Amino acid sequence: MTEGTDLFSKFDPLIEQRRALLATGMEDPFGLVMERVISPTVAMCNGRETILLGTYNYMGMTFDPDVIEAGKQALDDFGSGTTGSRVLNGTYAGHKAVEQALCDFYAMDHAMVFSTGYQANLGIISTIAGKGDYIVLDIDSHASIWDGCKLGDAEVVPFRHNDIEAMGKRLKRIPEGAGKLVILEGVYSMLGDIAPLKEMIAVAKAHGAMVLVDEAHSMGFIGPNGRGVAEEQGVLDQVDFVIGTFSKSVGTVGGFCVSNHPKFEIMRLVCRPYVFTASLPPSVVATAATSVRKLMHAGNKRAHLWENSKVLHKGLRDAGFQLGTAEPQSAIISVIMPDLERGAAMWEALLHEGLYVNLARPPATPAGMTLLRCSLCAEHSAEQVKTIIGMFTRAGKAVGSI
Amino acid sequence: MDRAQTAERIAGIIEPFNKKGVSITEATTFAGDLEWDSLTVMDFVAAIEDEFDIIISMNQQAEIETYGQLIDAVTKLQA
Repeated sequence: MTEGTDLFSKFDPLIEQRRALLATGMEDPFGLVMERVISPTVAMCNGRETILLGTYNYMGMTFDPDVIEAGKQALDDFGSGTTGSRVLNGTYAGHKAVEQALCDFYAMDHAMVFSTGYQANLGIISTIAGKGDYIVLDIDSHASIWDGCKLGDAEVVPFRHNDIEAMGKRLKRIPEGAGKLVILEGVYSMLGDIAPLKEMIAVAKAHGAMVLVDEAHSMGFIGPNGRGVAEEQGVLDQVDFVIGTFSKSVGTVGGFCVSNHPKFEIMRLVCRPYVFTASLPPSVVATAATSVRKLMHAGNKRAHLWENSKVLHKGLRDAGFQLGTAEPQSAIISVIMPDLERGAAMWEALLHEGLYVNLARPPATPAGMTLLRCSLCAEHSAEQVKTIIGMFTRAGKAVGSI
Repeated sequence: MDRAQTAERIAGIIEPFNKKGVSITEATTFAGDLEWDSLTVMDFVAAIEDEFDIIISMNQQAEIETYGQLIDAVTKLQA
């Protein structure tokens, strides 16, 4: 018998890096367990009461009484799961209701709900941009966007992050007659910066491209009606496809695409990540629909979240941390760490203080950066934000990062 | 532009990207010998694209592993 190649050998460098990190006795930054969740902002983590500052639960809808009640009712009325595809036995009244809620939220004609946000990008991008078409996208795009590009077999042409001129040059060189899709994000989740969508979409349209914008990290929060960065910049009507998720501001799980394209409904039959998977459970779509409708009237929460973002940004900057943006642009405040070792040490020191943030590392981060990514919640009190700044300052001094 | 002229212009462009001062031959690989990360690759490809007014999509880049293959591809893309 011949000895075969171990297909896992390609992971050896990562296995070794993890082993070396954990051998120092530190807690595994990617193995945190929440034993009990007390509220959108507090949980018991590894035996400690911990303030949550890395959940994307921007609007704090996870414990909203109306949302919870809708989920319980749907469990009673429709059962625990659909056991089927949306195009077969997996479309219940609740799936239609949440799609209608999305149409109302965005004031758009069509909405299509996927089982996750990842699948929404995977499905829409791979289905509309196929062989011979061109996708022009920002180099800092989310993994789900890249995977959608790969699955669809289109020609993929990236450009430098938020670089309007670089994007225009690439669009200009695409062969005459080829289909063109420009993919942008409203908020880029690693550094928490926003895109100049107004300028970029104008250039994309001038070159006859269709435009897809992922507004996962802006929904419910940015824009007069919480529709995202495109709404904030007055260009939502120029966007052909908005991709969003239920797993951030909406507070449950699922993904969606909204569009005014007159032929959009055909996507339900041709989009494989929509067809060949089970639909969301009835309780999930019921909580999502209730949450989406409540987010339409969340002006006060939005204002408080902005206030939290501004206070935390200023507090961390004044404490001496290097941040991802000069000014707060979203509900994500990213603290740039010099390397993975010191990032992990700081992450652990914060956890011991009773604060959870996301440790983000390559390849998820741009330019090989190690980040401590903080995402704020509208339910964080002003007092909690003050406490958080104190925790960061103590932890930063303890590990020597400020 | 023939292959020799193309090679000469690419040699001028790659210079500032070759921070390690690797001696470049047609067999030099971008990932292995030059150890470029994805951001450096993107900036270098953009510089080549701008110089020759062409597009080298990521799908095409996947086929280009060596310096010689890049010269071949750019020569062909201008045709």
